[in-house]
Amino acid sequence: MWEFIVGHLNYWLFCVLMMTGLYIVVARGNLVKKIVGLNIFQTAVFMLYISMGKIAGGTAPIFPTDMNVDPNVVYSNPLPHVLILTAIVVGIATTSLGLALVVRIREEYDTIEEEDILHIERDIVTAENQSHGGAMGGRA
Amino acid sequence: MATSEIQHTALTLHDQLPILQVAIPLLAAPLCVLVGQRHAAWWIAFISSFAAFVISCLLLVQVTDGSYISYEIGGWAPPLGIEYRVDALNAFMLFLVSGIATLILPFASASIGQEVPERNHTLLYSCFLLCLTGLLGVLITGDAFNVFVFLEISSLSTYVLVAQGAYRDKRALTAAYDYLIMGTIGATFFVIGLGFLYMATGTLNMADIAARIAEQGDNRTVRAAFAFILVGMGLKVAIYPLHHWLPNAYTFAPSAITAFLAATATKVAIYVWLRFMFGVFRPDFLFDVYTLQFIILPFGLIAMFAASFVAIFQRDFKRMLAYSSIAQIGYMLLGIGLISATGLTATISHLFNHGITKAALFMGVGALVFYSGSSFYDRLEGRGRTMPWTSAAIVIGGLSLIGVPGTAGFVSKWVLVQAAFEKGWWPIAALIVASSLLAVIYVWRVIETLYLTAPAEGAARREAPLPMLIPLWIAALSCIYFGFDGVFVVDIARTAAEGLLTSPTPLPLLEGN
Amino acid sequence: MRHHLILRVIVKLLVSTMILYALYVQFHGDYSPGGGFQAGVIMAVAFIIYGIVFGLRKVHAVLPPWLVHKLVALGVLVYGGTGVVNMLQGYEFLNYGSLTPHHPEHGQHWGILAVEAGVGITVTGVMIAIYYAFAARPPRMSDEEW
Repeated sequence: MWEFIVGHLNYWLFCVLMMTGLYIVVARGNLVKKIVGLNIFQTAVFMLYISMGKIAGGTAPIFPTDMNVDPNVVYSNPLPHVLILTAIVVGIATTSLGLALVVRIREEYDTIEEEDILHIERDIVTAENQSHGGAMGGRA
Repeated sequence: MATSEIQHTALTLHDQLPILQVAIPLLAAPLCVLVGQRHAAWWIAFISSFAAFVISCLLLVQVTDGSYISYEIGGWAPPLGIEYRVDALNAFMLFLVSGIATLILPFASASIGQEVPERNHTLLYSCFLLCLTGLLGVLITGDAFNVFVFLEISSLSTYVLVAQGAYRDKRALTAAYDYLIMGTIGATFFVIGLGFLYMATGTLNMADIAARIAEQGDNRTVRAAFAFILVGMGLKVAIYPLHHWLPNAYTFAPSAITAFLAATATKVAIYVWLRFMFGVFRPDFLFDVYTLQFIILPFGLIAMFAASFVAIFQRDFKRMLAYSSIAQIGYMLLGIGLISATGLTATISHLFNHGITKAALFMGVGALVFYSGSSFYDRLEGRGRTMPWTSAAIVIGGLSLIGVPGTAGFVSKWVLVQAAFEKGWWPIAALIVASSLLAVIYVWRVIETLYLTAPAEGAARREAPLPMLIPLWIAALSCIYFGFDGVFVVDIARTAAEGLLTSPTPLPLLEGN
Repeated sequence: MRHHLILRVIVKLLVSTMILYALYVQFHGDYSPGGGFQAGVIMAVAFIIYGIVFGLRKVHAVLPPWLVHKLVALGVLVYGGTGVVNMLQGYEFLNYGSLTPHHPEHGQHWGILAVEAGVGITVTGVMIAIYYAFAARPPRMSDEEW
């Protein structure tokens, strides 16, 4: 039992982080906090990948300059790290784009609370419904 | 270091086609920024997407017999290196995506000019090219992680493109934000799935993963991987319960962008689904063990009806079309859920036919908006008389959306009904017809608005400018052309479907570790 | 704006060191951890910290926003251009071996150097561009209102 818990430590942490992030994205109304949640969520994935490449006793996969590789040295798997370097870059791009959108939203709506924004948008839709009338029901 | 002389036969331009398909738009995007002049940027964008279209035609011709082309990036042999693999399915999709991009750009030059301030044009075309690069890359690559990278290239540029609608309606910003949150969650789920796959198989080449999964059989890691990939891509596909981002994003994005996205983005996501369901995981496995058709089939059916119902009650033409897109995705899911060569043929041909139909319709809306300034029905009244050419093209697109015989939409729906009958599931066939009737209602509302109401007082006859009208009519005429000559699409779709259902040629596996 | 004397002096010392260190990380990336991504970020930080302490106007004078945008594009073109050169020599895209056909390992060194230079330029540009984009927005309230 104890081995099961400790042996899968990275997966437990992954689960906790991932769920924390996802919960923040869903439950928080503040647009910036949502982005932070998204970041935590992505970080969980980075951790999953990086822990995957770990080999017990493995060292950094950098060959000596003279290329005389000692066959006894164990190297950890560099591929997941490289993959996640790409994913981190994607994460940065997403974060900065998301924050840029938040800045623009605040300039237009004067708030970054989801509820206020929904309220404003509902007002717009009601106004549209009135001005574009029409016999058919349903929201515009 | 040993000096090794390796014999090398020089590759010709012909051998380089798969990489040029992606590299040309990829390099054209920064070129737009460097030039920094909006007319030049448009020409760069147009020439490079036209070049991509020509290349996709050349590739398509080579693979229609069911063979495939493999290209090793950087000369690293797969499964270690990244491989680009072109077969009938993705060559066909490349043809669709690059064709639509080439068609949309002339339209965009007029429509964007009105909807987005001039200082943004250069960057917008650059983003458009990046989006195109991403979509083409997702289609052409044979490496699972590469799919994610290209997917995010296209998604990130899509968010920017959608947000450009903010100059007309500020809700484009929140639409783009919602899309960003949902899209990122989807993409992250997809990466988690890939991580599990990598854990289970130790490789990222799709054909190699497939071979190794076949070797080791069922296990929990593979199942978890599949679940994450299914849901992650499902968000991008906008399958029914995960479609929330789509209507707003399509409604508030600039018209040209909506036309491009509606015709390509969700289609590419469905392609990824098909590729993973049939090309990576073993389909017999998925559908028998995971009872996939009991998940996909009902969602497809719900989408067909629920989204069509919602579409009927819209007052905004553009929003109506967005909901109809969700409904049409239902048909494609249905084809997958039927798990037969005919069902997949229906899905793939509907991908194509619906792509050109929606491109025509959204370009039509864009042309109407060009003068009326909004796509609400009451602002479009009587446009059939003031803008006869635009309206006629919209009617053709609408008929194809319903699936009237003689239009492209009919062909793929016909194959779908055939697939349902093949299985003996006639109620499904009846439901397909029933939901097409719902399409009749929402398309009729448009026709009624355009033709059967009086135009506003003093409205002069004023046709949309030619750069808009020509692409619109090319799309509309191809709806008719592919309706009468459905064999071309269906044949390729069938080759592609059969290619998916037969297990892919396994690569020579690397021995040991 | 004459306060924060210590900060200003230290930043002046730091900026040049940071740029130097960025170049080290960039060019030593072949043999040790490093490369374009890291070097680009360090390089960008040098400019950003200069901007934070001395004001946006000063850093704009050194590196105007239009130039930053061009840098972003230029880096991608350097990267892709390397691939195109490989293609013109009759090899696969990004097969650096083509640069010195008789000794592919050397070609790979040259190739990775060129590609990492492209990455470094773009990352520097992107990071600075993000900072400019956010910092140049008119603030809601001025510092004195706090």
